[in-house]
Amino acid sequence: MLEFDAHPNVARLPAPLLEAQDLSLETRGAPLLRQIDQRIRAGRRTVIMGPNGAGKSLLLRVLHGLIAPSRGQVTWQGRPLDRQARSAQAMVFQRPVLLRRSVLGNMRFALAAAGTPRAQRTGFAWQALAEAGLAGLAHRPARVLSGGEQQRLALARALAAEPELLLLDEPTANLDPTSTQAIEARVRAASDSGVSVVMVTHDPAQARRLGEDLIFVHAGQVVETGRAADVLLRPKSPLLAAWIAGDLIADRP
Amino acid sequence: MQGFEGVLAQAFGLIAGWDADLVEIVGLSLRVTLVAVLVSCAIGLPLGAAVGAFRFPGRAAISVVLNALMGLPPVVVGLGVYLMLSASGPLGPLALLYTPSAMIIAQTVIVTPIVAALTRQTVEDLDGEYREVFASLGIGPLRRIGALLWDGRFSLITAALAGFGRAIAEVGAVIIVGGNINHVTRVMTTSIALETSKGNLELALALGIILLGIAVVVNALVMSLRASALTVAYA
Repeated sequence: MLEFDAHPNVARLPAPLLEAQDLSLETRGAPLLRQIDQRIRAGRRTVIMGPNGAGKSLLLRVLHGLIAPSRGQVTWQGRPLDRQARSAQAMVFQRPVLLRRSVLGNMRFALAAAGTPRAQRTGFAWQALAEAGLAGLAHRPARVLSGGEQQRLALARALAAEPELLLLDEPTANLDPTSTQAIEARVRAASDSGVSVVMVTHDPAQARRLGEDLIFVHAGQVVETGRAADVLLRPKSPLLAAWIAGDLIADRP
Repeated sequence: MQGFEGVLAQAFGLIAGWDADLVEIVGLSLRVTLVAVLVSCAIGLPLGAAVGAFRFPGRAAISVVLNALMGLPPVVVGLGVYLMLSASGPLGPLALLYTPSAMIIAQTVIVTPIVAALTRQTVEDLDGEYREVFASLGIGPLRRIGALLWDGRFSLITAALAGFGRAIAEVGAVIIVGGNINHVTRVMTTSIALETSKGNLELALALGIILLGIAVVVNALVMSLRASALTVAYA
């Protein structure tokens, strides 16, 4: 049914990490997501792409369990998405929401939430800040950092829980190129160490740089899927072709 | 009849001379109000946080009631507490009427809704901002409340100070349940009322000056808190 499932290299797959089954979401009768059947494969970087208002961020939130679907379900390794499954996922939002405390305090809070024993939190927090290049800012109030630094901290906070799946909702949409590069490098490093990644982006260039699998969403529906490199080079649907060419900016309501 | 200047000079003389009656009255005032504010925070912070952070039936109604109770007329509170504590009232056997404890109870009734309502507003605003991140991090209810209260600390201290300002300046409730008994339940506001009517203006004025000073200090604290909150990008 899905193009990349038919690909010879991926014909014999284990149960997908995350699967959307007949997923629909509507508010007051207005359909926002429509009958989405989609598999997220373990160990891959999946990019969800589409114009503004297509439902990319909503889909990500439903996959993460932040929003309950109107119909259908999300399964995690073949089982319903419960609290335990959710704790194996972490999410980075488009706008970083940091707590009103120090950079170190934010890391310690995330580690506490992840169940790290109190005695180990400070050590782990310093280690994570060093990896994120933020150790020099540890004692600064988190919310006075620059946008790029805040997003790096949000990413470090998400990775602190050692998730199996990292979800990112346009994490670099508000960032300068240097910060974007830093975020992408960190995501790639996490991916290389075995973390599965699902990333929403509206930037075809970013999808090309980071994406392995690609899901193109338009008007709440999955229009096209496949290997990112193939799909971006030879889009089958006219919508995706228009999007890549830059002729499709936003969904009409 | 002395002139105003003479009374003013005598009042400052009382303050500068650390007058024993004056110190006792100011001390009792501060003790009663501080304890009342602490008790109010112990009740109002968790209550306000729970209403602000959790969705449950009747939540909107509780918010409305808390906001309405902020404007409780102190005299009515005094009457209510008096009825509860009087010999024939349900709490009569505790024999608390006309003691500092009765005044603490009355002020607590006045301050708790202030703390609770302001806490609810603060926590609700913060929760709106943090909700998704907390859900994503899998934060449990207790840790969530704790984090919301801690991150709202500047606003919450301001709420407590507002309650302190209201209680220390309040006269109607404490005079009813305290009785304004010399050396027992005489606080700044009740003394000012009594001494003025007795024509003992220098003591009344000295107390008035101190009360004004406290109001200024409380407001200065609120403003400096706001400034330091801004420097840590609290907003």
